Amino acid sequence: MDFAHLHWAWQGLIAALLGVGGLFTLVGAVGMLRFKDFYMRLHAPTKATTLGVGGVLLASLAINWAQGSWVLHELLITLFLFVTAPVSANLLAKAALHLRVPSKAPAPPDQPFP
Amino acid sequence: MIVEWALNLALLAVGAALLLCAWRLLRGPELPDRVLALDTMYVNIVALVVLLGLRQGSKLFFEAAMLIALLGFVATVALARYLTRGDVIE
Repeated sequence: MDFAHLHWAWQGLIAALLGVGGLFTLVGAVGMLRFKDFYMRLHAPTKATTLGVGGVLLASLAINWAQGSWVLHELLITLFLFVTAPVSANLLAKAALHLRVPSKAPAPPDQPFP
Repeated sequence: MIVEWALNLALLAVGAALLLCAWRLLRGPELPDRVLALDTMYVNIVALVVLLGLRQGSKLFFEAAMLIALLGFVATVALARYLTRGDVIE
């Protein structure tokens, strides 16, 4: 579909949200690939990827609003993802602790033997 | 013009993120790594479906994105519980 008929401010806002969303999604995936152990890897997707998908969904919302249909459908997915991302991250961290996945973090000074 | 350009750029970025997650899914040294990669792939696919819906100008893709988000959360919770307890529903 073409977006040329939209006001230039809407076009700029939509393009900025799409750019931020794509960039943060990519940053989350790169972080998950590059970090050293599982507990560090848990950080990248739960924060950066969630923010990136939120940006993409806000861009979709802005496109709907710019065309005059004042709907809130996309906020539903955004809210759902923002609520469920910490829950699934917490469950995965508990699973990793249960399976004794090794960590690369240094031991705390008052506890020399991990 | 700028919106189409940004849309293509975002599609490219999300597709590359999906490939990187697939690499972690295949390689991940521990089981929770693979589950985390699968969860991230679900979230990325939600973004990809929404972007494709914007590109095609169709409202149908939105429902698919919503279903994928719900299924991704349920799948991650079930897999994490399986790793923790040994079964999903006791």
